[in-house]
Amino acid sequence: MATEFTHLDELEAESIQILRETAASFERPVLMYSIGKDSTVLLHLAMKAFWPAKPPFPLLHVDTTWKFREMITFRDATAKRLGVDLRVHINQEGLAAGVNPFASGSKVHTDVMKTQGLRQALDQGRFDAAIGGARRDEEKSRAKERIFSFRDKHHRWDPKNQRPELWNVFNTRVHQGESIRVFPLSNWTELDVWLYIWKNRLPVVPLYLAKARPVVERDGALIMVDDDRLPLLPGEKVQTMKVRFRTLGCYPLSGAIESEAETLEAIIEEMLLAKTSERQGRLIDHDSSGSMEEKKREGYF
Amino acid sequence: MASPTSIPVMNEGERVDDYLRRYERNELLRFLTCGSVDDGKSTLIGRLLHDTGRIYEDHMAALEKDSKVHGTTGGGLDLALAVDGLKAEREQGITIDVAWRYFATARRSFIIADCPGHEQYTRNMATGASHCQLAISLIDARKGVTTQTRRHAFIASLLGIRHVVAAVNKMDIVGWSEERFRAIEREFVDFCARIGIPDPVAVPISALNGDNVVKRSEHTPWYSGSPVLELLEAVPVDRPSPDANFRMPVQFVLRPDLNFRGFAGQIAAGSVKPGDRVRILPSGKETRVRRIARAPEDGGDAPLAYAPQSVVLTFEDEVDCSRGDVIVCIGRDPAVTQRVECDLVWMQEQPLVRGQQLMLRVGAKQTACTVRRVRWLVDVDTLGTQPADTLRLNEIGRVELECEERVVVDGYRECHGTGALILVDRMTNATAGAGMVRLATEAGSKRAHWETEALATLERAEDKPSFVNAEERERRWQQKPRTILLYGPPGSGKTREAHEMERKFFDQGAAVVMLDGQAMRRGLSKDLGFSDEDRSENLRRAAEVARLLNDQGFVVILAMAAPDPEARERARELVGQDRWEARNMGAR
Repeated sequence: MATEFTHLDELEAESIQILRETAASFERPVLMYSIGKDSTVLLHLAMKAFWPAKPPFPLLHVDTTWKFREMITFRDATAKRLGVDLRVHINQEGLAAGVNPFASGSKVHTDVMKTQGLRQALDQGRFDAAIGGARRDEEKSRAKERIFSFRDKHHRWDPKNQRPELWNVFNTRVHQGESIRVFPLSNWTELDVWLYIWKNRLPVVPLYLAKARPVVERDGALIMVDDDRLPLLPGEKVQTMKVRFRTLGCYPLSGAIESEAETLEAIIEEMLLAKTSERQGRLIDHDSSGSMEEKKREGYF
Repeated sequence: MASPTSIPVMNEGERVDDYLRRYERNELLRFLTCGSVDDGKSTLIGRLLHDTGRIYEDHMAALEKDSKVHGTTGGGLDLALAVDGLKAEREQGITIDVAWRYFATARRSFIIADCPGHEQYTRNMATGASHCQLAISLIDARKGVTTQTRRHAFIASLLGIRHVVAAVNKMDIVGWSEERFRAIEREFVDFCARIGIPDPVAVPISALNGDNVVKRSEHTPWYSGSPVLELLEAVPVDRPSPDANFRMPVQFVLRPDLNFRGFAGQIAAGSVKPGDRVRILPSGKETRVRRIARAPEDGGDAPLAYAPQSVVLTFEDEVDCSRGDVIVCIGRDPAVTQRVECDLVWMQEQPLVRGQQLMLRVGAKQTACTVRRVRWLVDVDTLGTQPADTLRLNEIGRVELECEERVVVDGYRECHGTGALILVDRMTNATAGAGMVRLATEAGSKRAHWETEALATLERAEDKPSFVNAEERERRWQQKPRTILLYGPPGSGKTREAHEMERKFFDQGAAVVMLDGQAMRRGLSKDLGFSDEDRSENLRRAAEVARLLNDQGFVVILAMAAPDPEARERARELVGQDRWEARNMGAR
């Protein structure tokens, strides 16, 4: 009798149950694929949950047009390799208005291209359930988040009006126009995610691994010069440093860390010795205390 | 130097691979913390995270900043703020909801459900407890075991938690008094024994200073037990037993092509292997399991699967099976029924009322249901029950539901996966209630005979009403029928009191009958001995007789030992809440 049932086995079984409930309970579910490590695990679990069939929902990537090029390459290769239906949405109005991280500022850029873009994509696809890879250990306001998180017609999250969630019996009922955000990785920690990737030998975006890359130092963060759209400020100069990323997003808004970790094992080793949280490198969270909570109310993932 | 995170420390010279292989074997324990606003619950969690190194430097910096603005420790580091998430609740100084926290040591990975102690405690605690195997109840050493403590332990036991730890906090303020601690410990352990929690433990701590939280305290040489963290690492993790009866609610049917039909679900109890005979409920069709299907890259088909794995099964035969069905082993079947009785926690502002229509969800099954009746309401403070027509927000009661379709259920105690249900408001879609199924046939249920008998007789009475109605009888006898139970051990004077009472009633012109437990045993209960079950059965028979006599309009006085409170509760049920009165005649 196999008796060794580890915490990772338990988390996996739980996430698969959630994915299947989502597929069975909603008319038009969609998996928000953001290319990062959490999405990698999420996608793997979705493949596993419905094997030998394909996941009965498409993947959606909201592209701000400022993602790292390597992310886009990885995204397209992954969709092809797994044979899944990948849809890409870009906020064309935002693009036409010339919104970008520099002229508009990170806050407006994120709001228009990411948050508004997401809402557009969900409305256009009439998706009633959007599956995301967020974890509760990422950030304080996430710690209270439900696995099936209710959003009103305007995609808003009301922290005071959340449905109690007991056992694995989920309330998936919504009225027309309302939706649910589903977080199958709620109970995973950052280490669990890496451990799972390591154990299952899942390919990840090479940006997670240290490599000599062109960067500039800006406001105490190392920003990678991923293409020629990054305007250099007076006194800034591009230098080549061995860096990697703990989280991936828009390249002008993602801080790199100096690192020698060229393998998955080495990343994990560095993480074990890290003194700061992974969201530290993500510039948008630090606008004000509680800023993630405000973004969530607006409909940010 | 302390490890910067509480994830297990790498050994000297250990390779990452070996480390990961070691960490990978960690078991998962989910526990909840409950306590009143000032008991130091958030501080205890903050302490667990802090002393195991979980708080990152950037979080710590934010915490130091927050402590100066919102803190309650005079500008000093307020660890409670580390676990308070939302702005609104930070400003109010209370936790609004269940907050989830994560940490790991070299032995275990932990998930904490941090449950608030204010007036929404029942709803929130039930929610947290439904996910957990252990509960930590914070007790303020100055206040001792309070009503609140008892409520917490009761809700934990109701939700099936077997391990409860009393963290007796603020021991520093009572001068680390062993006497004080022992008194609290005794009271707590006694109470847990009463409500059937098998494994209560008390620990003297100071969350503020970290005594006996992660590290053993110097102030408690008289305490030989473990600090809180050690207890958390050592308590056995309750998993669904692989030897239990196999249960798998079908979530999803996979049909990638005409040659494959797989049934996907998470195993709720027991284990299964290819070749096993199984039954599909509610249809009752039988077949054999052909495969436990798995992708080649995951090692191919599995030879065995067990709870709580998520799997895909295929069958030998083309049998009907769809979402909401339950696959079970041949042997002890769950109940397949439209009528479900459960202990219900009501979570909605608008009260539950008889006749109300709701959506019910159990396993992967969803069906409309109607509230047939509220059998009783539990007084969480006294653990007594009382008659009720409705359940209000945060109240707990026994409720009978009539489902539109048949559902497949086990008793909650036997299997959470097929015994836990939620009720959803049909208009607002809000989650209105959470129920734990109670079955008459549930193993270990002392009440089995009460349930079946009570239900069957009730239905008979409803079917064929008498031609003489209750009002006519009342007018004839000039009295309202009722049953008065005088109970207590031999020598408590119950029989003498009963005779005197009978005399008084008789003299007043009442139609009265006195039933003596000893007299019962000479005839009606000749076959019974003095075991708990037999005593309970004797009381049931007396109550049945009393009910019949009450129906005829008589006043009945019972003189019985009736030592079991649950049996007395059942007798009250049977006779009818409004006709029943029980008086304790002795010191039990």
